[in-house]
Formats: sequence, C-alpha cells, structure tokens
Amino acid sequence: MSSTERRGCALVTGASRGIGAATARALAADGWPVGIGYNSGADAAAAVVAEIEAAGGQALALGGDITDSAIADSHFRALEERFGTVLVLVNNAGLRRDNLSPQIKDDDWDAVLDTNLGAAFRMTRRAIPSMLRARHGRIVNIASVVGLRANPGQANYAASKAGLVGMTKTIAAEVARRGVTVNAVAPGLIETDMTADLDGELLKVVPARRPGTPEEVAACVRFLASDDAGYVTGATLTVDGGMSA
Amino acid sequence: MATAATPEAVEGRIVEALASFGPDVEQVTRTATFEELDIDSLDLVELAQIVEDEWGVELKGDDMKSLKTVGDAIDLVVARAS
Repeated sequence: MSSTERRGCALVTGASRGIGAATARALAADGWPVGIGYNSGADAAAAVVAEIEAAGGQALALGGDITDSAIADSHFRALEERFGTVLVLVNNAGLRRDNLSPQIKDDDWDAVLDTNLGAAFRMTRRAIPSMLRARHGRIVNIASVVGLRANPGQANYAASKAGLVGMTKTIAAEVARRGVTVNAVAPGLIETDMTADLDGELLKVVPARRPGTPEEVAACVRFLASDDAGYVTGATLTVDGGMSA
Repeated sequence: MATAATPEAVEGRIVEALASFGPDVEQVTRTATFEELDIDSLDLVELAQIVEDEWGVELKGDDMKSLKTVGDAIDLVVARAS
C-alpha cells in the first residue's frame, strides 16, 4: 500500500508562500490532502488552497501562531477530522531576526529559537504517536545551510537550524523501527520573500552562481515524503547550489 | 473514553495492545516482564498513548520507567483511573 492509498494527509507549516507553498503544491500533486499552516498570510494561504483545489487536490488553511503551544493540537485535530491521520509533517515555518551577536536582543534570540526549533518540536511531538500506530510517517524539517556553515549576523537563526539537524537525527533514531522517517532539508540561498533583502554578496559563495527556487527545495521534500525514501532517515539533504560543499 | 476502567477491561486492552507489538497473546501474562516479551521503550510510549485515549489516564515517562511487568502496567492504570 502506497502512502497516498492510506487514509492520511500532510501538514506543511509556513505554507502560505515561498518554500512552504511550493512544498504544499508538490505534496498535493502526489495525492496528499494538505494542511496549509500560516500565521499572518491568510489571503496567501487561501490562494494556495485555491490553487491546489483547482488542480484537483485537497487542502485546508490552518491559521495561528505556532509559538502558541496549543496550536499543534488544534492544527492536527482539524486535519484528522477532515482528512484522517497526519502521515507527513513538514516543519517549514521560520523567521529571521539578523544581527551581529552583541546586538541580538533576548527577544530576538527567543523568538527565532521558539519559532524555528521549539514549534517544530511541538509539532513533531504531536505527530509521532499517530505515525507510530500507523507504522508509517514522514517528518521533514526545513533547516538551512546556515545550520551547517557560518553566516555572520545569524547566530540565532544558525542555532535554531543546527538545533533542527540535531533534533532530526535523534528523533529519527527513536522512531526508525516503526516505519517513521525524520529528515532535514538544508536550503542555501533560495529566492523567496524571506531572502529578498539579501544582497548579491552572498551569491559569490554559491558555486552554482544563482539562487535556488522554492520548487527545487520542494522537490527534495517531496522525495523524502515519498515511499521511495523509506530507508532514508536522520539525513540532512543540502539544496544549496554547492554552498556547503 | 471507550470503556469503564474495570480491572478486567484494562487487563484485556493492555494484553491486546502488547500482543500487537509482537509477542504471542498467551505469553502476555500478568507476571511476564517487558524484557521477556521484548517490549521496548517505544512500545511503552505507544501503550501510554492507547491508555490515555481509552481511559484519559496520562502516564508520564517516569511512570513508564518504573514498570517491569504486565501486571505493573495494569495495576497502575486501574489505580490512576479510579
């Protein structure tokens, strides 16, 4: 039985735009009903839902601040009621509050760690019991090349993304014997709203000499969420035009 | 909650759940240890989830660590549910 023949669905956090939206579209194209998690972009999330439905898929917009500890349960309950067990979780929601370390305020540290890492943990913790029972599950954490190599000005972001890589490996080992895989994708410079302010300087350290696209990241997530990736777990797949090579 | 947490109901559901993790149902007796049954920590996490769904009894990590036998698990759930 392939994943999409099982009664289940996918949840992508931060899916109203950028990598999250591209990932939601890719998973929907594979037959998954998809939960579109968003915080402030209600219109953009509705547009992603409409696009997926127009292509013959199913999607549900799920609004809320993922630093709210109750949000994981409310998202999962809404999806379970509508589409069944969440068998694919993509922890994509994230934010940046860049500054050189002496100028990172406690709030900037806490917000980045809690959104990028804490919320991903809470979502994962909520997802796992049902996946264990289903003897199938796919969790993909969107990390960053910055979790693997230095980028001055992003100590908080780097810590959160390196934390995701460590969390990925550990939870992967905990649940591997139940058919549940946990992997990370580490994008480099990707053309999204989130990176629009980054200047061309960063491109100089990208061997491919071009930014990646959200669809190129989504393609990797789609593979890791598929049945074909059943023996890949605890891995971090870089999608960075060679930046970390 | 699906059923009243009578000792018989709890024993029946726990034995059924543990048997679904691998051991033959006749091996799952009150005196059998989890070690003998090859029930590991992840199995116990799953058992805790079933117990919570069924009777609303929340078993924490420390509770699970103290359990050695099937009877320990049954007695703990019955005590917490009453």
